[in-house]
Amino acid sequence: MNHIRAFGLFWWDFVVGDDWRAAAGVLLAIGLTAALVATGLDAWWLMPPAVAAVLALSLRRASR
Amino acid sequence: MTAGFLVASAFLASAVEFVEALTIVLAAGITRGWRSSLAGLGAATVALAAIVAALGPALTLIPIDALRLVVGALLLAFGLQWLRKAILRASGYKALHDEAEIFAREQADARAAGSEQRAGLDWYAFTLSFKGVLLEGLEVAFIVITFGSAQGSIGLAALGAAVALVLVAIVGIAVRGPLTRVPENTLKFAVGVMLTTFGIFWSTEGAGAHWPGDEASLPGVLAFVILLSAAAIATLKRRRQPAFA
Repeated sequence: MNHIRAFGLFWWDFVVGDDWRAAAGVLLAIGLTAALVATGLDAWWLMPPAVAAVLALSLRRASR
Repeated sequence: MTAGFLVASAFLASAVEFVEALTIVLAAGITRGWRSSLAGLGAATVALAAIVAALGPALTLIPIDALRLVVGALLLAFGLQWLRKAILRASGYKALHDEAEIFAREQADARAAGSEQRAGLDWYAFTLSFKGVLLEGLEVAFIVITFGSAQGSIGLAALGAAVALVLVAIVGIAVRGPLTRVPENTLKFAVGVMLTTFGIFWSTEGAGAHWPGDEASLPGVLAFVILLSAAAIATLKRRRQPAFA
């Protein structure tokens, strides 16, 4: 059981790291893009500013 | 263009990980003996090959849009981590990665550890080398599989990683010490930029949107990420400098 937990923690730390909010922001932006596409809007332009916002907030938290 | 970008990204990301794995193998080999350290390296290589062989073909069975969505999200989350750390290092908010310091620390730990023999091997050296190579190698496998599968060419991504492996191994054997002259912090920054670029591109495509000009827009996304990073570094550096009265 400990090995499974350690394996899960390794992948969590590997992909999400020490700022889970940034990963959540990424998922939110992707979901929003998919939702806009579903309404017929080709929202390719959404992800770059969303990533800029996620990165800025993450850097602000880390540099406080 | 995209193929070159793919090979270069896999090469740079893998080179960074291989340099880190080399430091661990060297520390274990020099301090505790080469036989056990190299046995750990070999065992980890076999384990990694099995993981890539099992996962690589399985991923090709998933529809490309679903794959790009998942891979894009993973790469973006993963890439932003690298980019954030690189920006914090470049602006002085985080200590620079120092391979010589890590090597010295690993050697001190290896000297202090007790001696335990298993299967004729120094168990500390074997497990240190095995874990180091497996963990760094898993990162390489993740990058090769995600980059390669989303772009429909695991072979090209694997080529970039293989060239990095050969190069790091040759230089490592020649130097017989940690590769302190490799500009690792700059490489990590470049990798963060590339992972984030591919992550933005593929997650958008995976969500169903289409970039104008398809893959021709990748250099534009790359330029955006570079400018964004440069602006972030400049802002953080300004904030760190005390204001003159």
